[in-house]
Amino acid sequence: MPTAPLTAGLGLKPEHFDGALACTAPGLWWEVHPENYLADGGPRLAWLEAIRACHPVALHGVSLSLASDAPPDARHLARLAALAARIDPVLVSEHLAWSAWGGAWHPDLLPFPRTTESLQRIADNIGRTQDALRRPIAIENPSHYLHLDGHDWAETDFLAELVRRTGCLLLLDVNNVFVSARNLGTDARAYLDAFPLHAVAEIHLAGHHPDPVHGEALLIDSHDAPVDEAVWALYADVLARGGPRPTLIERDGNLPALSTLLDERARAHGLLSSPQALQPCA
Amino acid sequence: MRLSPFLDGFAAAVRGAPPPGAAWLASLLAQPGFAVYRNTGPLGLREALRANYPTVLQLVGQPCFDTLADAFATASPPGDGRLMAYGEGFAAHLQEQPALQDMPYLGAVAQLDRAWTECHLAADAPCLPHDALTTLTALDGAGLAQARLRPHPAARWLWSPQHPAFTLWQRHREGLPIDAPLDWHGEGALLARPDGALGAVRWWPLPHAGCVLLDHCAAGAPLGAAAEAALAADPIAPLPATVDLLLRAGAFSTTPPEACRPCPCP
Repeated sequence: MPTAPLTAGLGLKPEHFDGALACTAPGLWWEVHPENYLADGGPRLAWLEAIRACHPVALHGVSLSLASDAPPDARHLARLAALAARIDPVLVSEHLAWSAWGGAWHPDLLPFPRTTESLQRIADNIGRTQDALRRPIAIENPSHYLHLDGHDWAETDFLAELVRRTGCLLLLDVNNVFVSARNLGTDARAYLDAFPLHAVAEIHLAGHHPDPVHGEALLIDSHDAPVDEAVWALYADVLARGGPRPTLIERDGNLPALSTLLDERARAHGLLSSPQALQPCA
Repeated sequence: MRLSPFLDGFAAAVRGAPPPGAAWLASLLAQPGFAVYRNTGPLGLREALRANYPTVLQLVGQPCFDTLADAFATASPPGDGRLMAYGEGFAAHLQEQPALQDMPYLGAVAQLDRAWTECHLAADAPCLPHDALTTLTALDGAGLAQARLRPHPAARWLWSPQHPAFTLWQRHREGLPIDAPLDWHGEGALLARPDGALGAVRWWPLPHAGCVLLDHCAAGAPLGAAAEAALAADPIAPLPATVDLLLRAGAFSTTPPEACRPCPCP
């Protein structure tokens, strides 16, 4: 296994498997959604193990539903723990959101009121997950599309309190910060200033697009475009303030050639490898 | 606001059935952003079903498929986040649709799409070697009839008694013209992963006798009894060639036949 420190990674898509296997870029790592590999056996797991034999791999979950008012599904958690034991990922992460409730699973990351009650529930669910996986997980700030009454906590404070209570880590998605600030009419830089950067184990960058009906007033966290220049600027600010962190370029739709994604990844790698270049001018 | 009532109301609203009289929910529904949630979930389920039932999609076309998928997703939402495995029961759902009565083979084709998914995701296990039965026969001829063979975890088989479902399905999977003339009779199919964990799903036509034989082996019957049942159901089947195909396809796992032999004790 490579021993170079992690710099910039890419989401791994089956279309790019052969190319990914052959990549030798220093600091490169790959991230997958574990849900796509929670199989009993077969070629998917074999592919992932082949990648893992050559590169660090992170598991980025989308379905633990930590913000449900119930413990994580025991069978799903057991499957996730088995995959983590098999793959030995460099990081496991999940979202500050819910997707399962009332016996049905929604393929989405849904919002909830940030109350002390939900904080306690989510902290408990993170604890159960970390106990099952025997490792800390990183929690990602979500994209927001709604003004939701009933929040008792600012999101940054909520995340900091989860860190304090559970020992979890954080995954800072800078694109989500940008999209949410635009959609809710808030200040992305103020959010980042308040973000507990000390706990950030990973950063996500991704593309977004304007809603076809509402245009720029409603941005969609679509992962189907290159990272926006405004997001790159916020990212540079984060690195300047918090120092380098393993950073992933997410791309799920309008998938370009792997070489194109590697070029985009090289930009993040360059920033991470030259932190002095990030220092603001005197 | 308490968390559980919020989740109840929000989940119902995402499904398009918000409970009446909830002012907090009405204020969310009035915002443009709520449509993002209304769209994302159903689209994700629709795309999962398209991916998991590609032959059905090709046969009925995307507009019709999406209507069928939306109805199925409403009635049978996934129980967990493994969308790669979503869609169990979709074949039965199709068979219940009056609008599809002129495509009576569609359910069997959907079962083959489902069989591919199950074969793809199934557990790994060593395949019974092709010469295993020869070896057993050489050791003890009587042992062959008493051997109990266990179907491989990835093996799936399907007999469609009235429709050439396998031919239709195979044409789609192999990129052949799907509307070429059909020989209208029953067909069987075998799907398996003979090349180990990294191996892709492969498929073969399988006589009715092969499907019956596998049914009986899966139920724990000894090979002799399974063969008798297979020939009773399909008297003209080339049984030795069928067993040879099953072994070459890796349709059995390595439950040691020796372990299943009759007890040698008096």
